[in-house]
Amino acid sequence: MKKMTLVLFLVMIIPCHADNAVPHLPKQNWSFNSAFGTFKRNELQRGFQVYKEVCSACHSLKRIRFRDLKSLGFKESEIKTIAAGYEVKDGPNAEGEMFQRKALPSDAIPSPYPNDNAARATNNGALPPDLSLIVKAREGGADYVHALMNGYIDPPAGIVIEGGRHYNQYFPGGQISMAKPLTDGQVTYADGTSATVEQMSRDVSTFLAWAAEPETEQRKQMGVKVMAYLLFMTVIFYFAMRRIWRDVKK
Amino acid sequence: MSLIRWIDERLPIFTFFNKELKEYPTPKNLNYLWNFGSLAGIILVIMILSGIFLAMHYVPHVSMAFDSVERIMRDVNGGWLIRYIHMNGASMFFIVVYIHIFRGLFYGSYKSPRELLWILGVVILLLMMATAFMGYVLPWGQMSFWGATVITNLFSAFPFGESIVHWLWGGFSVDNPTLNRFFVLHYLFPFLIVAVSGLHLVALHQFGSNNPLGIDRTKPTDSIPFHPYYTIKDLFGLGVFLLIYCGFIFFAPNFFGEPDNYIPANPLVTPAHIVPEWYFLPFYAILRSIPDKLGGVLTMFGAVFVLAVVPWLDRNPIRSSRFRPIYKHLFWVLVLNCFVLGWIGAKPPEGMYLIIGRLATAYYFFHFLILLPLLGKYEPRPKLPLSFDDKAVKSL
Repeated sequence: MKKMTLVLFLVMIIPCHADNAVPHLPKQNWSFNSAFGTFKRNELQRGFQVYKEVCSACHSLKRIRFRDLKSLGFKESEIKTIAAGYEVKDGPNAEGEMFQRKALPSDAIPSPYPNDNAARATNNGALPPDLSLIVKAREGGADYVHALMNGYIDPPAGIVIEGGRHYNQYFPGGQISMAKPLTDGQVTYADGTSATVEQMSRDVSTFLAWAAEPETEQRKQMGVKVMAYLLFMTVIFYFAMRRIWRDVKK
Repeated sequence: MSLIRWIDERLPIFTFFNKELKEYPTPKNLNYLWNFGSLAGIILVIMILSGIFLAMHYVPHVSMAFDSVERIMRDVNGGWLIRYIHMNGASMFFIVVYIHIFRGLFYGSYKSPRELLWILGVVILLLMMATAFMGYVLPWGQMSFWGATVITNLFSAFPFGESIVHWLWGGFSVDNPTLNRFFVLHYLFPFLIVAVSGLHLVALHQFGSNNPLGIDRTKPTDSIPFHPYYTIKDLFGLGVFLLIYCGFIFFAPNFFGEPDNYIPANPLVTPAHIVPEWYFLPFYAILRSIPDKLGGVLTMFGAVFVLAVVPWLDRNPIRSSRFRPIYKHLFWVLVLNCFVLGWIGAKPPEGMYLIIGRLATAYYFFHFLILLPLLGKYEPRPKLPLSFDDKAVKSL
């Protein structure tokens, strides 16, 4: 009975975790998947470029500050330049006036709309979600974002697309308010990488995975050390225990 | 040393610790399942410490709670580590405590003279459930908000239910007063758990631990001092446990979580599936298997309360399942049944799932209310070993 219970338990938990995502997401071989995995700096930088030139037209990334981009491999001077390309509202000044100034590395990335209602008004009533946590907030994570970018297909026969909606096979319910965001060659990568939809979606998914969990690399590196230390201590405890218990056992 | 003696004469704490933690005579035949009690105590301390540091940065306000948690994750030094320790610690706490409870059920640790020890344990379980539920609300994500809405609404099933629910909420919906009081209570309850755990230990040390044979100790050589034998064994167990715990913290920190809780709470958008944390799933399945709301709520609470009366439902004087030819198997059926309930709790309540859930719920109560009393009467009682060293009597 004991063994049967354990076997049945295992049989039960396996499908439990798999059947949430509706159409099966193609699993990507991300560089950050494994326990030792890290982000590739060139992918992150290209991904940031895709966000900046494409996604940011509608989607905010309000939890990321320019200084955080240091993790992408940018130098401090480069970050200052990137920040200076944005205007932010500050104030009130001594006269009580709000004013526009160039963004500093300590500023959060400015959002495309002043508020949610403004975002809805220009997007057919739909609210483009903030992307800072999107990879953590969706079943499938980076695989989902990647699949979504590549999931625009002709709707199956019989499906009526509502006004302002588009068909995407990976979006729950199939009808998404976002038009197909990426087309081949939409951005020009400085490193000469060919900007296919597949490439751009890979890059931007990587970037957003970083944005959702900027601590990933530090966490995994610390984890390896912690596990090594714990393993070492546990082995020592084990042998100490054997030694101490020697005279009790039999 | 004379200072210690001076203090101890006036305030005998050193004598106390020496007696209760060092010399404390413990059965020499405890197996690794007896590690989980001290392990639960250690996790409680880890949870309180990590929680205090989180509370220094957390803001219990509906418009700032989610952002303050993200600030902890991104801007507070080591904040992500503290939060993941706390978040995964909750799951670890329940895993350890559930094993601890089933150990008690298997070896009959609830039987005379340990009934109060067991009941205090059930009280701790209830306090833990309340604490965990309120803690899950604090990040104010979608699951936080909708979980709080669903669970607090359960109380509307009682007479004057609507007034009770409004009183719990501090308003007419789950809102800022609700979040604020949940934060206060989430901070308070762990200290109640500490207090009840203290009583749990007092009751434990009165008769000492039960043991895998379930027989009383007959001679002094059956016992060994707690230190160093069980301190080192607990340390080894702690090492193994921390390896698993840290595996989750560092390599799969969101394994037990729901992606929806990284979406800020929105009272206008209901998530497709509202599921509680995994450790509540069996109870959630029981709740939903009863077609009547009040009946469901009472049955769910009954599932916990029935544990408290187990010492009186099971009147078989043999403690350990090693010497109970039938209960030994029924115990594992119960374990399996609880896993089935957990699995059903994660599924929508429809079709086959509903039927299986109802059967499993019925079996849960059938086990405690019918099978246990019957076994107490009719289960064959084999000969028990006379002492720990009695090799003549083999366990089943």
